[in-house]
Amino acid sequence: MRALVIDDSRTMRRIVRATLAAFGYEVHEAEHGQAALDLLEGGLEVDLACVDWNMPVLDGLQFVTRVRANPLWRAVTLVMVTTESEHSQIVRALAAGAHEYVIKPFTADALREKLELLGLVPEPVAAGGVA
Amino acid sequence: MTLAADTFAYVADLVRQRSAISLEPGKEYLVESRLAPLARERGMDVDAYVRALRAQPRETELMGVVEALTTNETSWFRDQTPFMALSQHVVPALRAHLGRLDSLRVWSAACSTGQEPYSIAMVLEGTLDAGTALSITATDLSEQVLARARAGTYTQLEINRGLPAPMLVRHFQRAGAHWQVSDPLRKVVTFRRHNLLDPAPAGGPFDVVFLRNVLIYFDLAVKRAVLDRVLRAMRPGGYLVLGAAETTLGVHDGFERVEAGRACLHRAIGRPLTATLPTETARRLAGTIPHPLSAADRTRAAVPTFRGVAP
Repeated sequence: MRALVIDDSRTMRRIVRATLAAFGYEVHEAEHGQAALDLLEGGLEVDLACVDWNMPVLDGLQFVTRVRANPLWRAVTLVMVTTESEHSQIVRALAAGAHEYVIKPFTADALREKLELLGLVPEPVAAGGVA
Repeated sequence: MTLAADTFAYVADLVRQRSAISLEPGKEYLVESRLAPLARERGMDVDAYVRALRAQPRETELMGVVEALTTNETSWFRDQTPFMALSQHVVPALRAHLGRLDSLRVWSAACSTGQEPYSIAMVLEGTLDAGTALSITATDLSEQVLARARAGTYTQLEINRGLPAPMLVRHFQRAGAHWQVSDPLRKVVTFRRHNLLDPAPAGGPFDVVFLRNVLIYFDLAVKRAVLDRVLRAMRPGGYLVLGAAETTLGVHDGFERVEAGRACLHRAIGRPLTATLPTETARRLAGTIPHPLSAADRTRAAVPTFRGVAP
């Protein structure tokens, strides 16, 4: 499984990368939506894109809209990973074609559960928790 | 730091008396990690905290210790498969069995902060016909978690845990920094304080009972007694949903195993044991759970508020 992490914060990209790598993903990174589109247009095939909302050049919502408009990328599952947490924003992201929505800050368990909902956890991972 | 043997023995004994949960040797790490925050609040390590508690046992403090060891975090649609089975198997099967489904009564036992009963409500809202009256009775031993469940208000971190985004926007509104369950969903869920060793709560007889990740903490006699209570509360032919690691096999023969997709359900087919074995069950119960407590405490004792993760 291959994932693309799109976030203008290097720290956040590192966190999401580490989480996805622990689930067995091969992870690629882009610092904004346009850089991510360039990678996809260059032939990078991914199963999953984790997309921040607020980014320079091309924001997450625009990226989601552009990906959904291209039938070649229909198989890409889009998960917003963002601090934007208004009800209306989540509705907009889903309407634009995002499959799931994770609000920052989040735990590894939260991301894993969202990917499980989407059938996108390739390797069994021990449940987190106290014990 | 290694926990002193007498600290562990005291805490294990207290938890067994109050919740019927067995903390076997080897669970010292659990006692230490769960009690560390309580001890830290008082500027002590866990051994010193427990020594102080033994010297001067206060009821609220004792309950705090028991809750710390029996409460786990929870998430929405935990394990997913039971909820899929509910909509894809249970409802169609009940509808076929009864001809029509005028009402559906569900019991979510050991419901903690409410994620399970609200998840059930969300699934059924999309599954049942308008003509089916849905009622969900959700119970827990702890008033503290029930108050949170009733309020139906969750933090951002809680909302992130397993709740599909389309369900979030459909059934929740923002309330400041939190999220509030919608009124239509709250209306179908009634929260009650209940001890699993007491007779079933009002709201039955139940067509479906969720009792997940509770039995694993009990010994055989308590498991059998709890399942017997549950069976008595169920409509014949109803479905019991247990945790993935739990079974009625070898514990109570009043249920038959039913495969439903990736889930395993337990259909109520038999008669309660106590109809034929009242003395034996009563003796087992009495022998299993010592009750040196007052009558008021006794209603608090037994059965945990935890969900999910095994200690």
